[in-house]
Amino acid sequence: MNTNELVRKSVEYRRKILKYIVGANAGHTGGSLSCIDVLNVLYNNVLNVSPETAKSPTRDRYIQSKGHTVEALYVVLADQGFFPESDLETLCQYKSHYIGHPTKKINGVEQNTGSLGHGLSLSVGTAISAKLDDLDFRVFTLLGDGELPEGSNWEAALLASHYKLDNLCAIVDKNTLQISGPTADVCNTDPLDDKFDAFGWAVRHVDGHDFDALQAAFDALPFQAGKPSLIIAHTVKGKGVSFMENQLKWHHGVPNPAQYEQAMSELI
Amino acid sequence: MGDVITTTSATYLANLDVFSGTLQKLAATNRNLLVVTSDSRGSGKLVPFAQNYPKQLIEVGIAEQNLVGVAAGLASTGKNVFAVSPACFLTARSFEQIKTDVAYSNNPVRLVGISAGVSYGALGSTHHSLHDFAALRAVNNLTIVAPADNFESEQAIRQAAELDTPIYIRFGKKPMPLLTEANCPFELGKGRLVRQGDDLVLIATGETVYPALQAARHLDNVHGIQASVVSMHTIKPLDYELLARVAAKGSPIVTVEEHSIFGGLGEACASFLMSNGYRNPFRIMGIPDEYTVTGSQTEIMDHYGLSESGIADRALALLNNQS
Ligand SMILES: Cc1ncc(C[n+]2csc(CCOP(=O)(O)OP(=O)(O)O)c2C)c(N)n1
Ligand SMILES: [Mg+2]
Repeated sequence: MNTNELVRKSVEYRRKILKYIVGANAGHTGGSLSCIDVLNVLYNNVLNVSPETAKSPTRDRYIQSKGHTVEALYVVLADQGFFPESDLETLCQYKSHYIGHPTKKINGVEQNTGSLGHGLSLSVGTAISAKLDDLDFRVFTLLGDGELPEGSNWEAALLASHYKLDNLCAIVDKNTLQISGPTADVCNTDPLDDKFDAFGWAVRHVDGHDFDALQAAFDALPFQAGKPSLIIAHTVKGKGVSFMENQLKWHHGVPNPAQYEQAMSELI
Repeated sequence: MGDVITTTSATYLANLDVFSGTLQKLAATNRNLLVVTSDSRGSGKLVPFAQNYPKQLIEVGIAEQNLVGVAAGLASTGKNVFAVSPACFLTARSFEQIKTDVAYSNNPVRLVGISAGVSYGALGSTHHSLHDFAALRAVNNLTIVAPADNFESEQAIRQAAELDTPIYIRFGKKPMPLLTEANCPFELGKGRLVRQGDDLVLIATGETVYPALQAARHLDNVHGIQASVVSMHTIKPLDYELLARVAAKGSPIVTVEEHSIFGGLGEACASFLMSNGYRNPFRIMGIPDEYTVTGSQTEIMDHYGLSESGIADRALALLNNQS
């Protein structure tokens, strides 16, 4: 997709994210809106995976470590044809398979996540396997900036460079907020680039809402041969809806009818 | 016969609200009381605590293993520490820190598991804690408690604050009607007989005591069946004396818990009863060994019969079976 098409897609995705969150009366609104542009570029222009290749051993893997923003993933997977979009009308409803976190019951979802701090280890294992079998698929994982204090991330980060996993790309959705407050106030992880650099990763900063910049970063993978790559995506929590942007309370807020209407009027 | 204690009609809070309110009362006179959170102050209803006692709240970020290790370190210096995190992560992610740093090293941390059982509803299995009783029962030197109502919650927190050994307390987040009058005693390790009857015994814990009590009333009103109801708030150490007393007449026993049918209250009771010669007809009600159906907490509980009608039906079936 070209930039204009990506721009239009993201508007469509954002509208759908809000629609299904309102329908479910639950969801992680702010973090879905902050990562959707990354998912848009990944699924439309980067990942070598489709409904036809969903079980192929050589498909690229996308593992969403910040599982709570599953609405973003579901909307993109539906758009890619992994399942009928109308399924999302049952999101979080009694007996639905579509729970509020990624689940392998849904076609296209690679791992069951929702407990933070699992995606990077799962991705490292998957990437080591590709190296062992001489397969050239790549592994992508999306981490929240708030989830980084989980120690497992740092154990996995060490091992990723130890095994020289240049087929692995981690993206941090650096929207600078988590539940209790700004990430810098809750448990500061800055400077993130220096930390990952010291752990043996090749690091790039990107504006996580700039499609050309995202595309250029993904096109440049691996950033350095023999090293895992980290993209620090600078994003805005609640991006695209004025009254949700950078607001703590929209972490898992559900818009009321008036807010929904206003949000939709902004997303055009 | 009938209710030992009458249910009052006060407004009900979630047990979690009572927990956070009680902590504030305790913190007012105890500078040594610390709350440790892992980006969990909102779900723990601790935002007012954080505002009123900023120096008494330690935030570790999203890092539950670190939470428990740090809490154990703080407790080792004599601090009165409450480590508060969702029950699912606190007891699974940090299991080894609980086993080694808290229980084995006897650092008296008060571990508080919030939004326990299936409180998180449609967020799914990562967020459910249906394993916590089972996992923690196998850890030596740890008291395990699930308060049923607002009164039990306040008492449990107050008594936990006085303990010099580790304790785990789990709370749900829905408003819970009172089972008791305020002057009815609560003691850690002693179950409470909240209704007395000779035909049947219902033993429940935590948020399932109330539907069990309602089921007992229904069985009385509609079928003339008299059931005893026990709030077994302390899973470990289990109140063997009370168990022996309610089992003595041989009436059928049904246990109820918001937990896997494996390793929780039901199996703890069964183990005692079998080992001591009791042969009462016996059923365990809980969540079967599967990933739960999707739904709200209430939908999930109803689906598995952990409701007034579900409990009454299971009890009736057991009574009919035996005759
Ligand atoms: C192990 C674990 N601890 C706690 C939670 C509860 N939780 C869900 S989202 C969240 C905040 C996440 O913040 P961040 O990673 O920054 O995500 P984003 O801002 O992108 O939504 C927390 C604490 C969880 N899901 N898993
Ligand atoms: Mg964040």
